[in-house]
Amino acid sequence: MKRRTFNTLLGAGLLAGTAPMIIGRAAAADPLGIGFVYVGPVEDFGWTHAHDVGRKAVEAELGNQVKTTFVESVKEGPDSERVIAELASKGNKLIFTTSFGYMNPTIKVAQRFPDVKFEHCTGYKRAENVSTYNIRFYEGRYVQGVIAGRLSKSGIVGYIGSVPIPEVVMGMNAFIIGMRTVNPKARMKIVWVNAWYDPGKEGDSAKALIDQGADIIAQHTDSGAPLQVAQQRGVLGFGQASDMSALAPKAQLTASVDFWNPYYIQRAKDVIAGTWKSQDVWGGFDSGMLVMAPYANMPDDVAKAGKAAEEGIREGKIVIFKGPIKDQSGAEKVPAGTELDDGAIASMNWLAEGIDGQIPS
Amino acid sequence: MDQVIIVSFVLSVMTASTPLLLAATGELVTEKSGVLNLGVEGMMLVGAIVGFATTVHTGSSLLGVLAALLAGMAMSLIFAILTLTFLANQVATGLALTIFGTGLSALVGASYVGTAVEALPRVLFGQDALVYLALVTLFVVAWFLRRSHRGLVLRAIGDSHDAAHAIGYPVILIRYLATLFGGAMCGLAGAYMSLAYATSWAENMTAGRGWIAVALVVFATWRPIWLLVGAYLFGGIMYGSLAIQAAGAINLFGYPLVVPSQLVSALPYLATIVVLVVISRDRARIRLNAPACLGRPFHAAG
Repeated sequence: MKRRTFNTLLGAGLLAGTAPMIIGRAAAADPLGIGFVYVGPVEDFGWTHAHDVGRKAVEAELGNQVKTTFVESVKEGPDSERVIAELASKGNKLIFTTSFGYMNPTIKVAQRFPDVKFEHCTGYKRAENVSTYNIRFYEGRYVQGVIAGRLSKSGIVGYIGSVPIPEVVMGMNAFIIGMRTVNPKARMKIVWVNAWYDPGKEGDSAKALIDQGADIIAQHTDSGAPLQVAQQRGVLGFGQASDMSALAPKAQLTASVDFWNPYYIQRAKDVIAGTWKSQDVWGGFDSGMLVMAPYANMPDDVAKAGKAAEEGIREGKIVIFKGPIKDQSGAEKVPAGTELDDGAIASMNWLAEGIDGQIPS
Repeated sequence: MDQVIIVSFVLSVMTASTPLLLAATGELVTEKSGVLNLGVEGMMLVGAIVGFATTVHTGSSLLGVLAALLAGMAMSLIFAILTLTFLANQVATGLALTIFGTGLSALVGASYVGTAVEALPRVLFGQDALVYLALVTLFVVAWFLRRSHRGLVLRAIGDSHDAAHAIGYPVILIRYLATLFGGAMCGLAGAYMSLAYATSWAENMTAGRGWIAVALVVFATWRPIWLLVGAYLFGGIMYGSLAIQAAGAINLFGYPLVVPSQLVSALPYLATIVVLVVISRDRARIRLNAPACLGRPFHAAG
């Protein structure tokens, strides 16, 4: 779902055409070729960086049994199809495509290369040789909400949304549900920046939210700017996708960190052992794919409450989207005792009680 | 809205407007001399990373700002050599400069991602010196272009380089200087992005603001005072669109007014189009202020 709409009128578009660069590694005796397709640069300090950490972990774990190749800054759409096909034709037998917009290209290329295994991140289309995988980021949002509920004096959290898709909406809902378990009167104010990445706009959003009384800032955008504004204004916040404490050591409470390593290592081993099968994985805390960055800037009892929420979710004692849940209008959305299934979560298009603002249609 | 929110709103708008104003002021002077440099975005990005890296290594934001200024000038020098000395096409060279600057800044900046610096020191009303420098520079430029002899020469060269050349003015030299000034201002605008606005480096962090600055010059029909109005209007819309969302629904005579955020995000661009349409109706005014030789190469015959 990470569709980077780099908000440049022209520059980025032209650059993206020239930037992709295949970086190969020296070949060992018949190693398994693994290709990675990235939507951003590996130094983006967020989404793509986390995938590349996973790639390196595969190399560290399996040594010369594997040979990995990555292509960065690949635009979604027709361009990516060419890149994926090139990786497949160059002998890679396992290919990870790590952005939502690579879904159809991945399926198309997979039909042409039936002996190559494909893994598409965040999508929902599968085939005999195409798996899908994603992280239940919303579980981390719930934990953040619990922490925010304990720490917020105003009871108002400011949430910076990127683009209005279910992935982002479920995060907002999980956050306010978690926050309201502690403070039933908690409210969330939201700003949509309609971009994944624009440090200027993200920082400005944080300012606007703080002016509206928010003393905790959460974000579903990729730059560290909101956290830095939080630090300047003396409020607290949560990092996104990776540990951003270096940018705002006094403001970051924790961050939901994407940890693809165990999944990538497992899937590489599966291919080597010949046991790879098409599957759909949506892993949360229990899978080890989602971890929280070290807790900081909070009293011990709050950190304990956060840890307890993590543990509860991991063990299945806490079910986040379990009724009764009301929507913004106060109407019951999930009846008491009912749990939303994955399909309903993955297509979430309503905001829970306590959130001010709308999902742009 | 209470007072605190209004003050904070005004300060935030000034912050959002400053990079636009700095870059647009530079581009205005460049264009008034008859040179169209579309490399603003690229020069800003290079200024942003050079200023940031210098600040990280020296610990001095003043040196960072100076380095950004020089980096912007170096970028514009490349442009000037190609278009003024070798008479390359200005539009194509400017676009290439933006692409080059985007790539170069990403390459240099790779190791600085995730590093933070102290924000520029506040000097007055909670704003840093660059905010005021942007305003002062604009007024100096306004005075220079309208009241000074050299400003008149620069405008003359932008309007008719052949005539200016015939009288004996050094067309190429003055265009070089105007282009370098534009580059320096774009470098400053970039430094403002990385040292004051975001206090970190991120690839492509200007996110199109260089292009807005280019549009602003046309928006202002090449008049400095309107540039100020335009920059603050755009900054106001950019920040205001976020502030409106944060405030929730606006009440309009008791009816909640729901503004789609996509529309709000598009406002700065819609505003440009609307203004361009409006000013295009008054052709005389454009002709009066637009440099007649804008983008045309000059080759001294004989």
